[in-house]
Amino acid sequence: MTNAEIHEFLEKAIGENNVMLFMKGTPEEPRCGFSLRTSGALNELDVRYAALDVLPDPRIREELSAISGWPTIPQLFIDGELVGGCDIVMEMYETGELAEKLGVEMPEGKEPAAPEVELPAQSGPIPLENRLD
Amino acid sequence: MPSADQLKERIEAALPGAVVRVEDLTGGGDHFRAEVVSGRFDGLSRIEQHQLVYGVFGDEVGGAIHALSIKTSTPGES
Repeated sequence: MTNAEIHEFLEKAIGENNVMLFMKGTPEEPRCGFSLRTSGALNELDVRYAALDVLPDPRIREELSAISGWPTIPQLFIDGELVGGCDIVMEMYETGELAEKLGVEMPEGKEPAAPEVELPAQSGPIPLENRLD
Repeated sequence: MPSADQLKERIEAALPGAVVRVEDLTGGGDHFRAEVVSGRFDGLSRIEQHQLVYGVFGDEVGGAIHALSIKTSTPGES
């Protein structure tokens, strides 16, 4: 796949999925604490969303950031618009703004169930994704 | 490897008058949290506010700075 093809694929994914999450790993097996929290918030709200793992090819992330102007992963798009990364999504989850934007009810009496970000005990200068297969 | 103080100084230089607090979450120099209060954020969406702060570091976010968690507010809000 060429970069142009990846770019086109990503634009199509953003355009065709009302709720599109780009993350490290999958909702079942997140590979980064920030992606875990963000997909966790969507799971709590019980909305259908599409998720794409950016880890298999570094060019996915490069092309995605070129489209969104946002440097980090995860990135959540709703109706084709970038909503934010982990911080913004969690803030919006907590205020109920995310539920409202998605047109769902905030689960009653629920605190954000996604755990605090677990940071690697030993973090060197190598970006995490480079340590993964 | 960047330090929390260096990040703080660079944000302050880019957003004059901003009140900035930066924390090195792991002590490893690659996971940071920045709290920024600036009048420059007035009228901007949250996305745009965060993009202003990310913009200070360009390609370093995701590279040398593996993770930068941001909380922004305007002087009126805090």
